[in-house]
Amino acid sequence: MKVEKMTMPIYMDYSSTTPVDPRVAEKMIPFITEDFGNPASRSHPYGWTAEKAVETARKEVAKLVNADPREIVWTSGATESNNLAIKGAGNFYSTKGKHIVTLATEHKAVIDAVREMERLGFTTTFLQPEPDGLVNIEKFKAALRPDTVLASVMMVNNEIGVIQDITAIGNICREQNIIFHVDAAQATGKVEIDLEKLPVDLMSFSAHKTYGPKGIGALYVRRKPRIRIEAQIHGGGQERGMRSGTLATHQIVGMGEAFRIAREEMGEENARIKKMQHRLYEGLTEIDETYVNGDLEKRVPHNLNISFNYVEGESLVMAIKGIAVSSGSACTSASLEPSYVLRSLGRSDEMAHSSIRFSIGRFTKEEDIDYTIQLLKDKIGRLRELSPLWEMFQDGVDIDKVEWAAH
Amino acid sequence: MAYSDKVLDHYENPRNVGSFDKNDPSVGTGMVGAPACGDVMKLQIKISDNGMIEDAKFKTYGCGSAIASSSLVTEWLKGKTLDQASEIKNSAIAEELALPPVKIHCSVLAEDAIKAAVADLKSKQK
Repeated sequence: MKVEKMTMPIYMDYSSTTPVDPRVAEKMIPFITEDFGNPASRSHPYGWTAEKAVETARKEVAKLVNADPREIVWTSGATESNNLAIKGAGNFYSTKGKHIVTLATEHKAVIDAVREMERLGFTTTFLQPEPDGLVNIEKFKAALRPDTVLASVMMVNNEIGVIQDITAIGNICREQNIIFHVDAAQATGKVEIDLEKLPVDLMSFSAHKTYGPKGIGALYVRRKPRIRIEAQIHGGGQERGMRSGTLATHQIVGMGEAFRIAREEMGEENARIKKMQHRLYEGLTEIDETYVNGDLEKRVPHNLNISFNYVEGESLVMAIKGIAVSSGSACTSASLEPSYVLRSLGRSDEMAHSSIRFSIGRFTKEEDIDYTIQLLKDKIGRLRELSPLWEMFQDGVDIDKVEWAAH
Repeated sequence: MAYSDKVLDHYENPRNVGSFDKNDPSVGTGMVGAPACGDVMKLQIKISDNGMIEDAKFKTYGCGSAIASSSLVTEWLKGKTLDQASEIKNSAIAEELALPPVKIHCSVLAEDAIKAAVADLKSKQK
């Protein structure tokens, strides 16, 4: 099949994935061709070179989050890290209790790993956050039980970008001797993470959300006090037995370099991105009947999630094909269900259907923001002209009071 | 998701967008779907003295396929009698627009909208 070269839209979907920074790619290449050794080979320089590169990268990952390099376990990505943390710690400590607390707005990799624990005899609580997307600390405390063994709360939400109060939640877990796992896939390079101070036992990382390659991630496993996990992948005993499998040296080198750049540049970069987020927010909220999903202040600057009322998300995505974004509309998801994250905030189905996630990053330019604002202003107007709901709204009909025949 | 050229054409250049006065005795209005499900279609037909549909208009909240399905049927409806209009099947709409399986419900909704508009008109004529 012949695939025609498309004119590529402006990338506004950094929360899905980021391009590999050219500096990262450059650093990776020698480890594919020349320095291809297996880091576990102890008998020749090929192995030694690879091992050295892996350990340098481990230090870089640890440094970004102020951890000890020995606390970093390589995985294939945040999905595997989340699975390893939840299944690994849940099963290891299951004699202490079999109840797990997490949020209804977690990434599917956490939700479905926790669901799998139900199958293994655990009971679970999926806590609903407040309408702003944040956890109510009192409600979190109330959800804990004497048999709660593990809690898992994401640092930054992938859909709405809100930042949870990890310190407060972690302190409660510490008091009650509950293992605390944090999915930080969307947090690295965006918010400061200091694991010397944070009361966190396990933390998941991904490279490709932070300008590193796909297919590599890490799990932080605290040493003091020591946290134990059961391995989920068995084999050659790499990563002190916690995760077997030949280490992907080039991927690991990429993650290390990506995290080094993040550490050195995140201050300046986030200030720049914050300005662009503000510009985007100001421009888009000039459009009537727009609603920001999630708290605007306790939020990473990279994310803006907006519902454009009376316009359906998928048709909007089609209309704005000059930019690449994600929608919470059912029609854009494989499951044909509207975003469960927005539904958990108490947003109506139609508001979830009407939502667009704009996520910006390192290579976003100010003119991209201006183009986006103008594009949305033009297309929302056109689609609302097509929308019977907009017409009803204009006529003063309360759409919530209409009896719709659900189908 | 890749759309057929016909869906894209109707989506980019929707035919017969607009509204008639729903209280006009020669106008039948069908409103189907629900906002919570992500699609609402409003289809209106206007009938001439000789019982033929002389004009049709629509407004649709929904995905590209839903917009294209309703745009297409407004074209098909013109010049038909009410009985002929009622014979339009969702399968014909889906075939014409080459809708993928996940979008078949859009064509079903368009068929429902026609039936609702015809029923509304018939109830007015009683």
